[in-house]
Amino acid sequence: MNAISTTLRPAELEWELPERGRVAMFALIAAEAAIFSIFVVAYLFYIGKSLSGPLPAEVLSPPFLYTICLLSSSLTIHFAAKRIRSANVRSFGAWWLLTIILGAIFLYGTASEWHRLIYEDGLTITTNLFGTTYYSLVGLHGFHVIVGLLGLTTVMVFTLFGTVKQEHAERIDVLSLYWHFVDAVWIVVFTVVYIIGR
Amino acid sequence: MSTESIAWPSTPVESRSFVDRLHEWIATVDHKRLGILYMIYALVFLMIAGIEATVIRIQLIRPHNDFVSPQVFNRLFTMHGTTMIFFVIMPFLFGFANYLMPLMIGARDMAFPRLNAFSFWMTAFGGLLLYFSVVGANGLYGAGNAPDVGWFAYAPLTSRTFSIGHSTDFWTLALLVSGVGSIGTAVNIIATVLCLRCPGMTLAKMPLFAWLNLVMAGLVILCVSPLTAAQMMLVIDRYLGGHFFDTQAGGSAVIWMHFFWVFGHPEVYVLVLPAFAFASEIIPVFSRKPIFGYPVMVGATVAIGFISMSVWAHHMFTVGMSSAANNFFVISTMAIAVPTGIKIFNWLATMWGGKIEFKTPMLFCIAFLFQFLVAGLTGIMQGAAPFDWHLGNSYFVVAHFHYVIVGGILFCFFGAFYYWFPKMSGKMYSETLGKLHFWLFLIGFHLTFDFMHIPGLLGMPRRIYTYEPGRGWDTWNLIVTIGVFFQAAGILVFLGNLIWSYFRGKVAGNDPWDAWTLEWSTNSPPPVYNFASIPEVKSRRPLWDLKHPDDPDWEYE
Ligand SMILES: [Cu+2]
Repeated sequence: MNAISTTLRPAELEWELPERGRVAMFALIAAEAAIFSIFVVAYLFYIGKSLSGPLPAEVLSPPFLYTICLLSSSLTIHFAAKRIRSANVRSFGAWWLLTIILGAIFLYGTASEWHRLIYEDGLTITTNLFGTTYYSLVGLHGFHVIVGLLGLTTVMVFTLFGTVKQEHAERIDVLSLYWHFVDAVWIVVFTVVYIIGR
Repeated sequence: MSTESIAWPSTPVESRSFVDRLHEWIATVDHKRLGILYMIYALVFLMIAGIEATVIRIQLIRPHNDFVSPQVFNRLFTMHGTTMIFFVIMPFLFGFANYLMPLMIGARDMAFPRLNAFSFWMTAFGGLLLYFSVVGANGLYGAGNAPDVGWFAYAPLTSRTFSIGHSTDFWTLALLVSGVGSIGTAVNIIATVLCLRCPGMTLAKMPLFAWLNLVMAGLVILCVSPLTAAQMMLVIDRYLGGHFFDTQAGGSAVIWMHFFWVFGHPEVYVLVLPAFAFASEIIPVFSRKPIFGYPVMVGATVAIGFISMSVWAHHMFTVGMSSAANNFFVISTMAIAVPTGIKIFNWLATMWGGKIEFKTPMLFCIAFLFQFLVAGLTGIMQGAAPFDWHLGNSYFVVAHFHYVIVGGILFCFFGAFYYWFPKMSGKMYSETLGKLHFWLFLIGFHLTFDFMHIPGLLGMPRRIYTYEPGRGWDTWNLIVTIGVFFQAAGILVFLGNLIWSYFRGKVAGNDPWDAWTLEWSTNSPPPVYNFASIPEVKSRRPLWDLKHPDDPDWEYE
């Protein structure tokens, strides 16, 4: 039978490793970023290659208002995470709710744009290459917004029931990392679809 | 101050009913059990894909053979390739990483045990989905229809027009689902290595196994995700009427190739880095010397990780890219030979002057060294674009990548099975059967894959179901097929050895190899909690320090 018995100097016993939730979220974000980059490459590659209309310049206009909503939700979630670290649960809940509302407004923006494109401009995913790449890329991002909102809402429900406390700050940080990522991806999607793509 | 981690004597467990035990295995979140599930799963699929390969080779044993029809032949090579990559080697390497990583870094489990179980079942579901196509692909029409688009499924063959029925859907969904599992496991491995190391184990004191698997997990994140994205696009094309790869609507077939090989090449390194990890643990122990050039090994691993992301289009020289692109991918492909060469020199230098014990795991690793070298050399040959224009899509390519995957990777996996079998089962394998397996497989491997290069050079294209006599291919194909039977015999001996040793083998003890890493400090098989108390380490070889208190490693590192 073997046993490990080593003598250590006290200084060496201080042993800090990164928090696993944070590391895992960064790894997940790297994987998601790789998925998005493939869709972005496909979008860029197919710009101007559609054989028929409607074309981006005819039907797309940059959704500045909704973009501002989504990007400012990064700020509000940051404030929320700060409040929970200082154990201010009420204020945390307010900022958190504001984040959810801003995210929902953005999602409404995407939905109304899609509605207009489908019913007024006749652009669907099968129409042409622009339709295929546009709905895929924006849809993939929208899907991530929905997943993020589901996560945020879960935390909101727990907050309303009073189970969220200061000790959960680390987990809320991890969730807000994901939300920041969703916002950052939108900057790329916005640039590609509404600026370069037109 | 001193702390102790004591291996406790195993207590007899009262016997439970079969259903209880089955439930324990299915609901388990223990990294060791999940690791073993991965391995058993991979062994089952190794059998299936091996039988597919055997049927392929019987069909090609002589010209104008009609053992199987052309349609079945297409399904066989598609299923063989897809299964071997995604449902044999990937589960093997995740199984070993799962089982060994926490033990080697002195942790009680992976960072996220439930994510771990989820990932395994996703991978398992993917494999079942792929094979369900055999009965389910044509749905209610009765006769099934396995995927037949080749393992890289080039567009536009995969479009609705050319791939009728659901066989391609099963292929793409199987890869999508197992890809999610792979990404989950990779996230888990990264978090485990970075966050759960035992006190004292800095990054520079981790076993090389941990380093190589860390880089492997990083590569999985960066390369399986593009594949997942490409599969999403294929699903959009097939189900929602998208045009990503639809050449009729202006889509591009070549962009699928890029997306696939952005995954496909790094995937080779995903598969080979764990093999390197095994070699880096086994060779030092059986040479009785610490690994030569640890920091250089780590550096070379990271370099391989980076360079492997920028070489993918060497699979596409025959497509007709611009000469600037050709040059770039030729040069980057040549560049990756450098860190790989460094590794081979380091393993040789580890053996140099060592007291080498030629046990079965070591035999497999030595064979790996030489075979991987040859595989690398034929790789460089094809990495040169003009040469590849001649060899592309021929049996030379098939011989080359089987040299990598069988001669390099599979040999190391066999070595790893023998090396860690005593730890996982508590029993010693039969050395005689192990050596028999080694020699049978070695002879079979060389008969098959050495001689497969020649019909390739003579112009025999891959994926043809039969060929004309009198082209100089006949004898070579006969030899190649004969080799397959030696390999099959070797594998049967291997399985027999595992099963026989598990029930009848001698008790192995905790540290049969007089090894140096933490997994050998606990019981064989390890208890659920791995270590009675978390160990603390001061060097890369904690058990050496323990066994040689007068001359510990940490005085020199
Ligand atoms: Cu390659």
